[in-house]
Amino acid sequence: MTLLAVQRLTKAFGDNVAVDGVSLAIEPGGVVGLIGSNGAGKTTLVNLISGLFRPDSGSVTFDGRDITHLSVNERIRAGIARSFQLVNLFDQMSVLDNVALTVFSRERKTGDMLRPAEADTAVRDEALAVLRQFGMHAKADTLASELAQGERKLLDVAVACALRPRLLFLDEPTSGVSTREKAPIMDIVTAIVRSGAITAVIIEHDMDVVFRYSDRIVAMHQGRILADGTPAAIRANDEVAMTLLGEHVHQ
Amino acid sequence: MNAIAAPAPLASTGLRLWGSAAAVLVLAVLPWLLDPFQTLQVSYGLIFGIAALAFNLLLGYTGLLSFGHAAFFGTGAYAAALLLKYLGVQSMELYLLGGVAASLVIGVVMGAVCVRYTKIFFAILALALSQVLWSLALKFFWVSGGTDGLRVPTPTLLGGLLAPAADKTAFLAFQYYYYVLVVFVVAVAAMWLIVRSPFGKALQAIRDNDVRAEFVGVRVRRYRFIAFVASAGFTGLAGTLWVPLNGLTTPDILYWPFSGKIVFMAVLGGFKTFLGPIVGAFVYNYLETFAVGYTIYWQLLLGVILVVLVLAIPDGLVGTAIKLVRRSRKAA
Repeated sequence: MTLLAVQRLTKAFGDNVAVDGVSLAIEPGGVVGLIGSNGAGKTTLVNLISGLFRPDSGSVTFDGRDITHLSVNERIRAGIARSFQLVNLFDQMSVLDNVALTVFSRERKTGDMLRPAEADTAVRDEALAVLRQFGMHAKADTLASELAQGERKLLDVAVACALRPRLLFLDEPTSGVSTREKAPIMDIVTAIVRSGAITAVIIEHDMDVVFRYSDRIVAMHQGRILADGTPAAIRANDEVAMTLLGEHVHQ
Repeated sequence: MNAIAAPAPLASTGLRLWGSAAAVLVLAVLPWLLDPFQTLQVSYGLIFGIAALAFNLLLGYTGLLSFGHAAFFGTGAYAAALLLKYLGVQSMELYLLGGVAASLVIGVVMGAVCVRYTKIFFAILALALSQVLWSLALKFFWVSGGTDGLRVPTPTLLGGLLAPAADKTAFLAFQYYYYVLVVFVVAVAAMWLIVRSPFGKALQAIRDNDVRAEFVGVRVRRYRFIAFVASAGFTGLAGTLWVPLNGLTTPDILYWPFSGKIVFMAVLGGFKTFLGPIVGAFVYNYLETFAVGYTIYWQLLLGVILVVLVLAIPDGLVGTAIKLVRRSRKAA
């Protein structure tokens, strides 16, 4: 059963066709790496699927249901979550509250205004458990703005995971952190994704990271899908090597 | 990993509770210690405190700066005056009911328009709509009394249980003071609960990052709207409480400078703290009372204070105090 089916999705910004008739099917389970040079259309594709932008044409089917015209909120309820390339957190709230709010939201409890949030120990415990998974429970009371960059990236993913999505888009989960920090972040993220039966699509520029952690790699170029296959197949693909990996080597 | 220590809460929940109880106790004995004029000043402080706190539900907790809160304060006040004028109502409880209901209605109407926008567009739209109410109060003088306003004599309290005696000032500085204090405590407790609730957390998430809030499933526009209406209701409550104290309601309290005063109070006290706006309201009220008696250029004086405030202590009085305490604890 296909989890996500994208059919001939197109989005243009003026004359620039960012996503040009992309069709893509994603089966449940595993980690899909989405690669491509800057401007290849990766983030736009994720924005279209997660509902931030509306496509000019084409359709998105999730779990057999057409979600092309659903709101962001309805897509989240259906089980699609995402993190952001530039960290998007609730900066003046504590690390715990960042996750707890997400749990409240998932449980549709954010309309409750007559009870202190901390009185809901079930939500608090779940939020702490999520933070523990990410190795961040010691920072629960820290303001999100006071975290180091690597921790902020992790918290961004933790917030998305607290929605208990079935399909999770991670837009460059290791951008902006030191090379040394990338592997620990990806170890944690992929372990959680695999243990939680979450299907993850990870946009990533670091080819070492992509080839090491992905089960399948989709390469994009100028708004289209250039190649799609296992890491070994992508590595052996001459076209990808010329247009993407070559560029990468020269950088 | 970095070594930034978590900002420990300044006071435990128990300490906060005892602190609040002590503050209420002090407020409760004031009428015995102060002369009536001073007690009335405290009443004004409490009432403006409710309004500034309600305003801060939007600014401090939802990230929306309203330059139109005079509309709700004025609606609360005029609702009481019109209840008296057209229905002969002289009960404070009915005034409060009518005042809150009317300001909620105005809040729904203004909110439906304003929360479609944020930042400066929101602020200007709220300002513009509040000016509409002001001009209505000015032009429809046969209803509103125009610039003369409407007189509202001291009403009966608690369903007629307490009625004003010959000495009106003594009644306002004693019975009515306690009435205001009780409403103040209830309103502050309610707003404290709101900002600590899951709903309050959702508002803070919207304040910090509305795109991400949308992507964790918070209905951003709906919640902004609810916050707007709640803020309007509490501000209207303050406006209704204010009328008997002033004895008169004029279009001044619907006019934009009064919206500015509410903003001033919240910023003066510190809009990033819960108690800041209350402290700001008290201090502003004393500043204005003092400045008006001291010089005819009192507005200039307040303007200079505002400029100094924004430049020197952008966190406001309470925000700065909290920072100083934190710093001294760290040093100790």
